[in-house]
Amino acid sequence: MEKYTIVNKVDISPVICEFEIYAPLIANAAKAGQFVILRGGVEGERVPVTLVDWNKEKGTITTIIQAIGKSTAQFNSMAKGDRFLTVAGPLGTAVEIKNYGTVAVVGGGVGIAEVYPIAKALKEAGNKVISILGARTKELLILEEKMAEVSDITIIATDDGSHGIKGMVTDALRGVVEGGAKIDSGFIIGPIPMMKFTAKLMVELGIKPHASLNPIMLDGTGMCGCCRVVVNGETKFACVDGPMFEASNIDFDNLLARTSEYKNEERQLLETFEREHKDHKCRIGLH
Amino acid sequence: MPNPSLPRQHGQRQTPEQRKRNFDEVAQGLTKEEAALEASRCLNCKNPKCEAACPVNVKIPQFIELLVKDDLKGAASKIMETSLLPSICGRVCPQENHCEGACVLKEKFGPVAVGLLERYTADAARKAGLLNPPMPGKESGYKVACVGSGPSSLSCAAELRREGHKVVVYEALHDFGGVLRYGIPSFRLPRTTITNEVKTVQDMGVEFVQDALIGAALSVKDLLKEYDAVYIGSGAGLPTMANIPGENAVGVYSANEFLTRVNLMKGYNFPKSDTPIKIGKNVIVLGGGNSAMDAARCAMRLGPDSVTVVYRRSRSEMPARVEEVENAMEEGIQFNFLTVQKEVIVDEKGHVKALKCLRAELGEPDEKGRRRPVIIEGSDFIMPADSIIVAIGQKPNPIIPKTTPELKMTQHGTMALDEEGASSIAGVYGGGDITRGGATVLLAMKDGIGAAHRINKYLKNKEPKNK
Repeated sequence: MEKYTIVNKVDISPVICEFEIYAPLIANAAKAGQFVILRGGVEGERVPVTLVDWNKEKGTITTIIQAIGKSTAQFNSMAKGDRFLTVAGPLGTAVEIKNYGTVAVVGGGVGIAEVYPIAKALKEAGNKVISILGARTKELLILEEKMAEVSDITIIATDDGSHGIKGMVTDALRGVVEGGAKIDSGFIIGPIPMMKFTAKLMVELGIKPHASLNPIMLDGTGMCGCCRVVVNGETKFACVDGPMFEASNIDFDNLLARTSEYKNEERQLLETFEREHKDHKCRIGLH
Repeated sequence: MPNPSLPRQHGQRQTPEQRKRNFDEVAQGLTKEEAALEASRCLNCKNPKCEAACPVNVKIPQFIELLVKDDLKGAASKIMETSLLPSICGRVCPQENHCEGACVLKEKFGPVAVGLLERYTADAARKAGLLNPPMPGKESGYKVACVGSGPSSLSCAAELRREGHKVVVYEALHDFGGVLRYGIPSFRLPRTTITNEVKTVQDMGVEFVQDALIGAALSVKDLLKEYDAVYIGSGAGLPTMANIPGENAVGVYSANEFLTRVNLMKGYNFPKSDTPIKIGKNVIVLGGGNSAMDAARCAMRLGPDSVTVVYRRSRSEMPARVEEVENAMEEGIQFNFLTVQKEVIVDEKGHVKALKCLRAELGEPDEKGRRRPVIIEGSDFIMPADSIIVAIGQKPNPIIPKTTPELKMTQHGTMALDEEGASSIAGVYGGGDITRGGATVLLAMKDGIGAAHRINKYLKNKEPKNK
């Protein structure tokens, strides 16, 4: 089989797709917390995507992609048998997997998929894993069963209360700790404000937080510095020093500002893409 | 008879007004007639100083003599005896420091335009189907991996292939050429020129693998299991930042990011290309080297109101090629010499608003003999800016050293080589910016060719790993 071929594709939700991609060298080397760079078209962007799973025997890697811009919408319009032009990786520093004791694994939105391999590896390393999964509403909650398989306790929080508790992941975390759980370390992946407030709360609760940062990247190999983030007052490159960092002192506001830099351009591209694919029903609420 | 007193030919160039708003090549090169005139100026010296001054010792008078005889194919083959990237060299080599700087005609009539002649020969021969890559030698049974596909690896790979080795080039990005592709803009080096010269090496039978960052899926150690030798030409891809407050604001780019967005990802073509680039009305470029000139000139072509280079020394200390500084000035780029950046002033949205600077004067020379800038206290002033491009230097890419602890490095983060050019790991060689820290395309090529010869010597006493 030609490398980078999509061997399987599952629509998880109207905007989230799971891809199994043939990339044997990456499958062989992948570790929890690492990512790949994908490119779909000749003029396409290089998009960093977290490795959700990998299978050395089959030579495949799994990623879960939420359509939020043209590139991701284009990826999600690809079908089984299609090929990515670039799958580069595994990139980034793997998360340190060891027995921390009890860990809280917090995932928000599509971040649940990204935190899954970390939860799995932490469970295998002997940790007691408490997973806290957040989504706006029940329909947008992904990977609940898979996460439950690798967790000792799984708590769901939805904004509208349609599933689990009504509230934020921070409410759920506070509840768990007030209920008597003693948590040693936390691993957070989700939208930037969610990571910011969860990390802050963890520090308050005496839990050592870690967050996986998602700045804009270009090469993903430490060459351009586009992904610089401020951790403990120091500039780090998320693509090689991270993406997971100890999160008690991360400048999340800077991260949010830097990730918003090209919002207008992204919207412009997406609108053009959607217009050119009229037969394709807009899945992200633009029309 | 040679006619050295003929005026030196320059070929057509886009005027500054035309070129400052497009990414097409500035210098159009010589026509056949111009090339013939220029070739006739060469004295064909018995003891050619130009050839000795060339980092890769191109047989300059010999190829020019063949041009005089209208033997384009012969001239191209003559160049290819020592350099397999002539269309690139003819464009980006600082000839004034090498062949043209050594030409005996330099003082009296101006040097023979060797660079333009090399470029003409390679381009015209390629167009006429007369540019033939050298035939590889008999298959040797050895396999060599080259890490990176920039000028040093390309040269090394081609040279190794000549000896009949099987050669595989591993490139981390999705297109080949390394710094030629992501760093040097198309108005100095057209993308098709890079593609064509890579194709020459491919046509010799060298295999190229894209998206293969060595140190990620495969390590140097993994390569050594399969290959008899490894050449590391991974370049100086780590940007140096200015380390001033506000540097992580939105709108501050490293030169690498800015150039990669524009050159590799074709950001200037947005939205036809998907990768955007945004610089606003007033652009400041920090630095005085070639990357700073490339960044400033790319920025100008994106159509801002102003582009200003901020450099801490004076014009005569600038490390950039004289020609590039002149090009930049002609294109309307402003220069603030003897100016040192102090702080990026950031607006409430986290975006660059201005740059606070200090004036400097020149003091005592440093270890390299360049006079140091000495800050004038209290000279603070503010320059408005919508974006700032930091082009103050690159360091060797750290991924290979990080993932290859056995590889000895110097305190500058460059790969340590012994007198024989070998690294601390048997069978592993290196060259170009990973060993020099940030030099020129031609020196990188020279290293690649030299390493290939050393690898050939190393392999002579070895049995091939995979028979």
